[in-house]
Amino acid sequence: MTDKVWVYIDQFNGEAIPSSWEAIGAARMLADELGGGVTAVIAGSEVQQLGEQAIQFGADQVYLCDDGTLQEFRAEPYASLVSGLAGEHQPEVILFPTTSRGRELAAMVAVDLKTGVLPDVTALEVQDGNVVATRPVYGGKLLSKAVCSARPQLVTLRVRAFSTPEPDSSRTGNVNQIAAAVSEDNITTKVSGYTESSRGVSLNDAEVIVSGGRGVSNNPSLEPPDGMDENEAEIWRAQEGFKLIGDLAGVLGAAVGASRAAVDAGYIPYDQQVGQTGKVVSPDMYIACGISGAIQHQAGMRTSKVIVAINKDPEAPIFKMARFGVVGDLFEILPPLTESLRSRLSS
Amino acid sequence: MKIVVCVKQVPDTAAKVVVENGQVTWGDAPLVINPWDEYAVETALLQQEAHGGDVTVISVGGEDAKEALKHALAMGCGNAILISDPGLQNADSLVTSQALAAAIQKIGDVDLAFFGRQAIDGDVGVTAAQTARVLGWSSLTLVSAISELDPGSSSIRVERSVEEGRQVVEGKLPAIVSVIKDIGEPRYPSFMGIRKASRSEIPVWSVAEMGAEVSDPVVTWPEISNPPKQEVVTEIISGGSPAEVAETLAEKILEEKVL
Repeated sequence: MTDKVWVYIDQFNGEAIPSSWEAIGAARMLADELGGGVTAVIAGSEVQQLGEQAIQFGADQVYLCDDGTLQEFRAEPYASLVSGLAGEHQPEVILFPTTSRGRELAAMVAVDLKTGVLPDVTALEVQDGNVVATRPVYGGKLLSKAVCSARPQLVTLRVRAFSTPEPDSSRTGNVNQIAAAVSEDNITTKVSGYTESSRGVSLNDAEVIVSGGRGVSNNPSLEPPDGMDENEAEIWRAQEGFKLIGDLAGVLGAAVGASRAAVDAGYIPYDQQVGQTGKVVSPDMYIACGISGAIQHQAGMRTSKVIVAINKDPEAPIFKMARFGVVGDLFEILPPLTESLRSRLSS
Repeated sequence: MKIVVCVKQVPDTAAKVVVENGQVTWGDAPLVINPWDEYAVETALLQQEAHGGDVTVISVGGEDAKEALKHALAMGCGNAILISDPGLQNADSLVTSQALAAAIQKIGDVDLAFFGRQAIDGDVGVTAAQTARVLGWSSLTLVSAISELDPGSSSIRVERSVEEGRQVVEGKLPAIVSVIKDIGEPRYPSFMGIRKASRSEIPVWSVAEMGAEVSDPVVTWPEISNPPKQEVVTEIISGGSPAEVAETLAEKILEEKVL
């Protein structure tokens, strides 16, 4: 019998993205209401081990396609595979993690199956047989409920919004092998290269984030090397400042973030921007250094569990959201803070 | 090269958006072109400058969406078309992408259509991929750089930004490309551009005029609300030297037990 609730397991280089397991947890909750079990869908190349893992995290059965054409994620062949399976078995709901891949895949499957997609959802409930999804809109300034009347209902779940189930190695289930839907000749794109991000922990699934803003360039005691013009000197100062942010992040196993002001000034690449026009994050702890907390920045980090703010300006709006605040110079606070946390965490 | 760029009109990022009596309002904050879409317009203009041809900017929306189109015209786009239809009033992303795809087909012989990564009102972020799927074109999303574009051989090579790093992807034209900030700072509208845009008559296409059929919307938004107020009691740590303050802060951070 076909399960009503399906989960797409997102993977990169054969390793599951942790939020895929969060999606299995959410799927079990939906299956309790809608009846039936949970089916996981896995696609990629050399991904057999993920079938077993999905079952341990709570899937009852798995459709798995292991094919060379799926080595790198390309939305077209992945979408044709998922659409074909869903068209044949007609699940009520398919959950995806909101990664770049999950979002694009859900978008295309919605076109194929003439249905709706509810992206970046933070809460789910079932009413009269429909999934009611809560999702932040206007950069998190508002919350909207969304419902899809067509089937399957395609929902992508915000990373870290749902908890990860405990894996249970005694669980068993069928892993059904599926053939690819599209041959290489019929795929119009080709992935020809890849460079890994060099910046350590990724912002998206970081449990702790240390972020820097405009204030990071503001260390007057630093003397830039000779021959730099004013702009170069500012960026050099900022990069020295971001080393302090990086040191603290290193001790905490945290990701490094930045405000739009810091990105626009060229202090740090855009990939690190947190905010309405950057990444929206939801870590357990967010440490904002030299960030005033403009409304656009708040939109990207307001759902962090604990916010810590270090800023010279006592009027900075970031203090209104912070659990702990230090009104002071980040260049004086960060080095001893890093050292203190390093020795406390190692003892 | 025939290039299309798709834009949306949204409330400014600095607007204080709230729900009052069940209605979304943003006071007297201005409506602007979606900030992500300005990067799409910039990319379209750069490609036109490099390869010739023309750029048409299109938008699905009401009469007021003409302002976003005029901003794109003022930046340098040659033509603008508004897609407006009572049938599109409650459009979900699928319906919107079908309407955009129909317009792109009616314009005809389009090589490339650019989008911003997402609109900052609905934060849905699926329209570019859906439009590509409706058209059956290559979908190149989250593009941070266009490394090569060869209209002669109908090929394009881009860099995409994904969670794990940068991916180099080659595709065939026609293609849909959605861009992120790294693609390059958008230009300001020129004085001449603003004058030209303010005088332009923007044609309006209905769904029937495009000879298109769109689905009935299937996504509804039964409720929208202000997020619950976060009850935060801020503790300002002060007193003593920076080292003492840092020591107290370290203690407090560890007491939260999230590390």
